[in-house]
Amino acid sequence: MAKTITIDGVNIPYEEGQTIIEAATTAGIYIPHLCHHPEFTPHGSCKLCTVKVNGRNCSACTFPAMEGQEVINNAKDLNDDRQKITQMLFVEGNHFCPSCEKTGNCQLQAVAYHLNMLDDHFPLFYQHREMDASHADILIDHNRCIFCTLCVRASHAHDGKDVFAISGRGINKHLIVNSESGLLKDTNMAATDKAAHICPTGAILIKHTAYQVPIGERLYDHQQIDQVSLNTELVDHDK
Amino acid sequence: MTNKIRVATTSLAGCFGCHMSFLDIDERILELAEVVVFDRSPITDIEHCSADCDIGLIEGGVCNSENVHTLREFRKNCKILVAVGACAINGGLPAMRNFIPLEECLNEAYINGIGVENAQIPSDPELPLLLDKVRPIHEVVKVDYFLPGCPPSADVFWKFLTDLIAGREPSLPYELVHYD
Repeated sequence: MAKTITIDGVNIPYEEGQTIIEAATTAGIYIPHLCHHPEFTPHGSCKLCTVKVNGRNCSACTFPAMEGQEVINNAKDLNDDRQKITQMLFVEGNHFCPSCEKTGNCQLQAVAYHLNMLDDHFPLFYQHREMDASHADILIDHNRCIFCTLCVRASHAHDGKDVFAISGRGINKHLIVNSESGLLKDTNMAATDKAAHICPTGAILIKHTAYQVPIGERLYDHQQIDQVSLNTELVDHDK
Repeated sequence: MTNKIRVATTSLAGCFGCHMSFLDIDERILELAEVVVFDRSPITDIEHCSADCDIGLIEGGVCNSENVHTLREFRKNCKILVAVGACAINGGLPAMRNFIPLEECLNEAYINGIGVENAQIPSDPELPLLLDKVRPIHEVVKVDYFLPGCPPSADVFWKFLTDLIAGREPSLPYELVHYD
């Protein structure tokens, strides 16, 4: 008999060693997330995947599934918190969707759409951040970085290059690049690297591809991230 | 006439694109005009809000002193105030000057800009003073509803207004929520 947990009252099986989010994805249940990616070691930093496990808040991407857990995921209070977290991400960075190439394909935006976020609620920081357009094929716009570390993890674990790291703390936290000059052009990063394609926002973009797919026909323009995420992550999971 | 819902609209630091999009409701504006009367608005050219406006639609963020006065006038006179479009919600495109000191912006536009003749920074007392940063309207007044989009589509205006007029809590389905 398979071991099970319940999510929102539904019994789902899990395998030993799976996290709650992995068990949920396998069962076709979406838990909102940004810093989680099924291929990489969980980071547990964005807190969007916070669920209630037996009454206590836990990050579903780091918390192991265990026999008899009662998990609450799709509840109003949790989704309200998720919306507030997303609003904080929007006001901390500079997320001007109309002028961003990633719009419509952006996971940060898609999560916000999914949570029916209509405003930023908080005062905006308008913090000045630099861009690094030095690389011939890849653009870094620090204005849009949410410090999910997916590029850091992908460059390390998948590409074997360690191009990225996070430096500083609190409001001074920022993405750094592993080269003497601090510029991306002086690293061995290539546009074919996993790290160049994993950014959930428009912080890392491939140049010369911006409007190949017109706005209005993009990934999240007509389908929600819950469905897109499950479809793509189940494929990743089966690999 | 007196039973009609009074709607006031304005564009602060905006491009009037939201107003144009509003007009994209096309012939539905006739249906709207049966229940709505426009108060202060670029559509009517009325200069100030009546005291009994029901709905105020604000396009654009707050970039100068006149914007602040206008916004406060709307808040004072409108029962329901709505932030319309990206600029009203997060400052939008005009807020991209927030990363450049105001003096540099003015120098670039009026002193050092290519093709500038008789270079001087405009300082006529009639001109509203610029704020050091462009701000979304919710940082200045209480805002009741937000319609995201650059611009929000005509269907967003239609859904929102018809909900409100019918006495329903306005809600936007997934297809109508866009930030671009």
